[in-house]
Amino acid sequence: MEKFTQLTSTAVPLLIEDIDTDQIIPSRYLKGISKEGFGDHLFRDWRYDNSGNPISDFVFNNAMYTGKILIAGRNFGCGSSREHAAWALADYGFRVVISSFFADIFKGNAMNNGIVPITVSEEYLHQLFTSIEQDAKSVFTIDLEKQELSNGEGNIFLFEIDAYKKDCLINGYDDIDYLLSMRKEIELFERKKAS
Amino acid sequence: MFDKIWDAHVVKEIPGGRQVIYIDEHFIHEVTSPQAFTGLRQRGIPVFRPNKTHATADHNVPTKNQHLPIKEELSRKQVDTLTVNCNDFNVELYGLGHERQGIVHVIGPELGITQPGKTIVCGDSHTSTHGAFGNIAFGIGTSQVEQVLSAQCLILDRPKLMRITVDGTLQSGVTAKDIVLYLNAEMTVGGCTGYFIEYAGDAISSLSMEGRMTVCNMSIEMGARGGMIAPDQKTYDYLEGRPFVSTGEAFDNLVSEWKKIASDPGASFDKEVRFSTEDITPMITYGTNPGMGIGIDEVIPDLSSDSFYKSLKYMDYNSGDKMEGKVIQHVFIGSCTNSRIEDLRSVASFIKGKQKASSVKAMIVPGSKQVQKQAKEEGLDDIFRSAGFEFREPGCSACLGMNEDKIPAGEYCISTSNRNFEGRQGQGARTILASPLMAAAAAIEGKIVDVRKYIN
Repeated sequence: MEKFTQLTSTAVPLLIEDIDTDQIIPSRYLKGISKEGFGDHLFRDWRYDNSGNPISDFVFNNAMYTGKILIAGRNFGCGSSREHAAWALADYGFRVVISSFFADIFKGNAMNNGIVPITVSEEYLHQLFTSIEQDAKSVFTIDLEKQELSNGEGNIFLFEIDAYKKDCLINGYDDIDYLLSMRKEIELFERKKAS
Repeated sequence: MFDKIWDAHVVKEIPGGRQVIYIDEHFIHEVTSPQAFTGLRQRGIPVFRPNKTHATADHNVPTKNQHLPIKEELSRKQVDTLTVNCNDFNVELYGLGHERQGIVHVIGPELGITQPGKTIVCGDSHTSTHGAFGNIAFGIGTSQVEQVLSAQCLILDRPKLMRITVDGTLQSGVTAKDIVLYLNAEMTVGGCTGYFIEYAGDAISSLSMEGRMTVCNMSIEMGARGGMIAPDQKTYDYLEGRPFVSTGEAFDNLVSEWKKIASDPGASFDKEVRFSTEDITPMITYGTNPGMGIGIDEVIPDLSSDSFYKSLKYMDYNSGDKMEGKVIQHVFIGSCTNSRIEDLRSVASFIKGKQKASSVKAMIVPGSKQVQKQAKEEGLDDIFRSAGFEFREPGCSACLGMNEDKIPAGEYCISTSNRNFEGRQGQGARTILASPLMAAAAAIEGKIVDVRKYIN
């Protein structure tokens, strides 16, 4: 997994609540057997119409908004457990998603793919949207070690993140490395459970 | 109940507060497992406990002519990849054509793999279904599928606990599906995020195992990690004699263990909410998430937000509209929410002697080969066909439209499935969630109706 320490980038604002993983990546694009190529289909049905033409008022089709940060309305990633949603975001180039609330499975999937989900207050989220509305080139900085998100105007938000997952993100470890290192303990647990 | 099961599965506490949890049963299907097997190959490791992983092909499979090769190339490749992976890693596969094939959340209970007290996971959010048997069951991502394949464990944070109690006796025409659609509407689409739900109360315990599965199935639609119901005599009776359940004295011993699982009187929860069946009527959704539901007597509300209006625009509905009388073109009865034999029986008993509206395409997709077989043995298939419904072969089908069972853009489908997200049943498709009874009634009239007018 790619390490994450700091990131400074512009952001793409998506001011919609309850965005489900069927929107992030529609089910007809889940047929791949690798983790690559899903970025082309990220928000497919919001980005393109039935004939495959870009839908001009969708933010992803507006060249003003680019960057490695996605800022979205509350309850981002609800619905299906498809990790393809995280793969699609990563493949498209996002490393951070900011929202006031994340669905659980999505949040875990994101962190398992080197994407940092940052939960901010509803108020701070709206400040971020306002900053971008005023200046599409607003730059935001994330410092994972310090758990800081700043909007470039000295307005810093201290975010929470699970200590173990933070460590994994910073070092690029994944859970399997950890689990494989404790196989003996797992076998011991199995023997105890069986007795 | 949750704590008892969770605590019995903690292998280790790790710094930072997470715990390594042992997983008893792992289900896999063709869509969310290929990348996990690729991961094992890259690491050069086997499946740690192959007898604890059970595979089936369900999401992508056609529901017609399953004996023929799958026409759609990518679907076929994904299903074939599952077969190769199961062969290479010694995992039992109930693949296409197998007498035990079916939707993963239907076959688990049917085979008796799903039992009280276990930890159960699958790369599918509706894994919460299994919680109806009094276990901890939840959906996981593909990285976690790889973890379970590698080490039979997951590194998890302990969720908060919520008890949802539903008191009273169900009114006529109201089913388990209406209970859960009502809870979805009351709790909203993210209202239970971070929690694991225990369902309790007379209205829950009076449900059959099938009904309990329907309720637990849609826990995720409120954002919950999972949902569970205390096991009781109905649970033991359902499980007795199933292929994966011990027999004789061993079964009696199991039951005495299962009897210890229920929450103790005075057990504490981080949150408690209570509802009454007096307030629950046949439910219907009008929007693009399962929390956007109303009783059939109610009108579409006005929630004054951009996201809300976006949703109504997609559905082409207006605040203040009644759902009763809205025209539909498709009826889908199936999915891991409502495709079990009891669902099929309730539809059959309702439509027997009636005819679907000529303007409607109606499709019934059984949850498994076993359900399909039983429906045929009971003569339900004849009733379906006589009423003008298609009776298909098992799979996830139009719940998510990964196979060819898609709803055309702009058309309305009343569906017994679990999600009415934009495009869920096909690009541009409009989904209305309801119970099998409400779906059957709509099929007859070609529009949404209050099923109670037939029953009372």
